[in-house]
Amino acid sequence: MIQSQAAPQQASDDIAVTLKGVNKWYGDFQVLRDINLTVQRGERIVICGPSGSGKSTLIRCINHLESHQEGTITVDGVTLSDKMKDVEKLRRDAGMVFQNFNLFPHLSVLDNCILPQRRVLKRSKAEAREVGMKFLTRVRIPEQADKFPGQLSGGQQQRVAIARALCMEPSLMLFDEPTSALDPEMVGEVLETMVELAGTGMTMLCVTHEMGFAREVADRVIFMDAWQIVEENTPDAFFDNPQNERTQNFLSQIL
Amino acid sequence: MIGFLQSIFGEFYGKMIFILLDATQYTIYLSLVAFIGGGLIGLVMTVLKILPNRATRIFATSYIWLFQSIPLLMLLFLIGLGVPSFFKVDVSPWLAAGISLTLFTSAYMSEVWRGALESVPNGQWEGARALGMTFRQTLLDVIAPQALRIATPPTVGFMVQVIKGTSMAYIIDFTDLMRWGKKIANSQVPGAEPFIVFPIVALIYFALCFPLSQWSKAMERKQALGKTR
Repeated sequence: MIQSQAAPQQASDDIAVTLKGVNKWYGDFQVLRDINLTVQRGERIVICGPSGSGKSTLIRCINHLESHQEGTITVDGVTLSDKMKDVEKLRRDAGMVFQNFNLFPHLSVLDNCILPQRRVLKRSKAEAREVGMKFLTRVRIPEQADKFPGQLSGGQQQRVAIARALCMEPSLMLFDEPTSALDPEMVGEVLETMVELAGTGMTMLCVTHEMGFAREVADRVIFMDAWQIVEENTPDAFFDNPQNERTQNFLSQIL
Repeated sequence: MIGFLQSIFGEFYGKMIFILLDATQYTIYLSLVAFIGGGLIGLVMTVLKILPNRATRIFATSYIWLFQSIPLLMLLFLIGLGVPSFFKVDVSPWLAAGISLTLFTSAYMSEVWRGALESVPNGQWEGARALGMTFRQTLLDVIAPQALRIATPPTVGFMVQVIKGTSMAYIIDFTDLMRWGKKIANSQVPGAEPFIVFPIVALIYFALCFPLSQWSKAMERKQALGKTR
């Protein structure tokens, strides 16, 4: 991290996201404390920790769904601020997958993929359709294209949500507990899709409790507790030899 | 038409019913004016209220509070009788009734629509915004279509309130079903007593309102079915 700061020009192309001294409050209550994090391009990061520890808030700040009060967040070389005019541009570079999918229930699966491409990227209907089908095929549900989200299982809906985000051709994908709202038997198909996505070299930040996924895919695991980053390490070191007492406690509870 | 009515109800009652039905058209016109005018202003107020702008929100909120808190009858008096005498201008019953009902309708409609917009889960906003869609695109393409389905039954249901509300306009000399009913009932003519005329008037109002409330109910049922899909 220190090195990348020393040579920002040279390194900036390789850095997807930088958070420096980020603090956030809801009223008097602090929900993020002095967060420092640098994400390299192509890096896969898993953020875990007890509920209410600030994990979701952290990644929601990265695409400015929530604003922070102190510190700087830089995404693809663009530094976030409240006065930003082009927050939409930043958001289309950072795809996001939510716990509750947030598909548009009044549109078919394919139209869910088409609408944002038409409106945001101004693509033609034919092109948007083609790209939509391409990514629906990638997440292995092209046959569901004409159904409505309510007709699909949770796992299928989440895969549609991933395909919809990928249609925008983002350089970074944020996952906010993508499998937490799913029935256990559907977790696997979503994780599989995420593993495949990781294989394409996509930069990924995942808030998840799926430790198997973290071990298999992550380059780095970040543990948050009480609104700050407590420990970060490679998956092997993190799981086999956790340094911090709170990390040890957390791992003993969930593994 | 009058001949047809007289052949069924006799000369006297046929004529009475004809006069009442003839007056009913003005009830319908006034309802339409209130509904279209109130709908348009209501839509503007709804948008002003949800825009991320403090000034427009305060303006729309005050407007809605004001006109929801004043009885319709009071609005009719104020605009139909108060304004002409204070400003020494001529305000026709048509204009006064149209404005009063428009104000009344718009305040209620915008509350119904705002409620519908807000009942669309916040995740829909976040989902669309996270994809890079602007506030406007999100509102028009994602939120409004979902809110429309929620808002349609109560909107049609409210039309019933508007139609019934027009009956108050008789008080400022607006010539509608209510006014003619009252005129006939006051006429002292045997056979046109209030207990005969007013039930007929009530039946005509019922015939206007009942189909609307049934339609509104049917749409609600259809929606409830759609949700389980």
